Amino acid sequence: MKKKSLTNPTGKDIRHALMVGLWFMFLTFPLLVIKVNPIEQTVTWRWANMLWVGGASAAIALACRLIAARRTEKMEHLSRMPEQTALRHKLPLLFTQDRLRLLGAMVMLLLLAFPLAFSTYQVNIMTTALMYVILGLGLNIVVGFAGLLNLGYVAFYAVGAYTYGLLHLHFNLGFWTALPIGGLMGALFGLLLGFPVLRLRGDYLAIVTLGFGEIIRLVLENWGAFSQGPSGIADIPRPGLFGIGMTLDQSLVYQYYLTIAMALFTVFMVNRLRHSRIGRAWFALREDEIACQAMGIDTTALKLTAFALGAAWSGMTGVLFAAKTTFINPASFTFMESAIILCIVVLGGMGSIIGVAAAALILMLLPEYLRAVAEYRMLVFGAVLVVMMIIRPRGLMQPMRQTHLPAR
Amino acid sequence: MCGTIDTAMHPLLTVSALTMDFGGIRALDQVDLRILPREIVALIGPNGAGKTTLFNCLTGMCRPTGGQLLLTPPGRSQRRLYGLPPHQITAAGLARTFQNIRLFPNMTVLENVMVGRHCRTTAKLFGAIFRPAATVREENDSLGMSLALLDRIGLGDQADELAQNLPYGAQRRLEIARALATSPQLLLLDEPAAGMNPQETEELEALILSIRDDGLSILLIEHDMKLVMRLSDHIFAMDYGRLIAEGAPDEVRRHPAVIRAYLGTEATDA
Repeated sequence: MKKKSLTNPTGKDIRHALMVGLWFMFLTFPLLVIKVNPIEQTVTWRWANMLWVGGASAAIALACRLIAARRTEKMEHLSRMPEQTALRHKLPLLFTQDRLRLLGAMVMLLLLAFPLAFSTYQVNIMTTALMYVILGLGLNIVVGFAGLLNLGYVAFYAVGAYTYGLLHLHFNLGFWTALPIGGLMGALFGLLLGFPVLRLRGDYLAIVTLGFGEIIRLVLENWGAFSQGPSGIADIPRPGLFGIGMTLDQSLVYQYYLTIAMALFTVFMVNRLRHSRIGRAWFALREDEIACQAMGIDTTALKLTAFALGAAWSGMTGVLFAAKTTFINPASFTFMESAIILCIVVLGGMGSIIGVAAAALILMLLPEYLRAVAEYRMLVFGAVLVVMMIIRPRGLMQPMRQTHLPAR
Repeated sequence: MCGTIDTAMHPLLTVSALTMDFGGIRALDQVDLRILPREIVALIGPNGAGKTTLFNCLTGMCRPTGGQLLLTPPGRSQRRLYGLPPHQITAAGLARTFQNIRLFPNMTVLENVMVGRHCRTTAKLFGAIFRPAATVREENDSLGMSLALLDRIGLGDQADELAQNLPYGAQRRLEIARALATSPQLLLLDEPAAGMNPQETEELEALILSIRDDGLSILLIEHDMKLVMRLSDHIFAMDYGRLIAEGAPDEVRRHPAVIRAYLGTEATDA
């Protein structure tokens, strides 16, 4: 049955695919076909590109339609069998628990062996990607678990980074002392943001958090006496290891492993939180605030905990960031960063730990490795985002549910 | 819950002169209620009479304009509920269901019930992260009790199903189980039989009676008059935010004010 529909696209399918191809040719025409050279005052017409775009998008559109048709066919087939209807909602799950464990172990091995096989440059990129894994998981607590839309998450990242920067500047404190302090400062600012927005939800909450993020950045930029303004803080030391001297390359590799450790720690903590009394209450808050209150849950305390914990992780990652780049200034903490972290959470699947981690790696690594196609990389990046949201609107993965009954 | 004769006579919940204004509209006007331990009490009245508003005031969802709410659990001291936030009222022993079902749709059936255990458990962040023996025990207790509740409402084998995938009647029962998980003294049911077929209503009736036999009091809003007359020990009838009649089912059924409220009459004495 499946084979038949795959090999036999109907005329309607083909017409649809051709329309998509034409539409994409039209859309990308100014970007991909016309090339103006302002110095020589010539215009190059690259018609070959147009054919490529048209052909490729038509092929993809055709494949998408066939896959969708196959899926609905499968679903209908299942629903015709009454005893199997219960299985229907489990159908879209991509991975089973066992396969996932295997996959996780393989990814872990790959990550651990990474510095042995690749250059320092690659290791550096990977470190950044892993930091976004931590940030994504932290924001996942606030947005994914508790359902509180936070668009100013980067503010706590900045708080963490400046905590380390300033503590080093004034008191000569090292990375390991600054790390917990950065986390605490993040949590404190999380509470500071949490209190005024306790009554807000959805769009209103998003706007206030957005404003909060901008306020922190503007303060850092303009309060020169405190933060040294746009010129930032330089010469922040990299993390130390019992005072052992390291070359730059060694130090970067060390930092890479440190970030892996932090990411693992975060996954562990977030997973424990998720499957606890508090995690359940967060999910309940996300689902229905009124019913959540009626169940005897103090939603005020719950929201503040979510804000503070999410911010704590952002603060710690900020310290890590300051140590990695050795130089911080307010330009690193723009709204764009918040948006990317939110993208990671939404793309990964709100509430799903594995999904968010995977999305962070994909979103951070994709633009780097797309440098091969240089000028089109952001175009491809955007296209991937759009396509992802169309194919899997609820994210890469659904949050995993704890089951208690033996498998049927 | 070994009620001596003395405590059995004492009302579990005393509501006196409860008033609720929404701007210029008086939704509740000097309402007095008394609910005895182990009593099934029904609240009836035409649409817009203020029944759900009364529920919201009792459970802290609305802050009443005036009046007094006293809860006296058998063998324990009196507690003032007026002005407490909803979660403290639930902790004090009042649990409710909603007229339009408010489950947590994307959580499993079991998780829905376990959320109800929240106010009877104590694990904090430390417990969540380090899972000391006390937390593990507490979680296991919650799990055991929740599964037992699910068995009781006949959803034991669907514990891992998402709540949104349950049929309507099962969702209503799940809401009751979730409220029971908070170990209440008084269970408030807002139209529990709405939209149920006769067989489901019968099952619901048995469930409510068995809950009463466990020692709980029940206050229910219901439009199914046959069910109300069969179930209730005592009925309060409301109209336009005021109590118009109260008493045993037979008395209330014959009460002229109730008949007038439901069937209407020429405005002779208004």
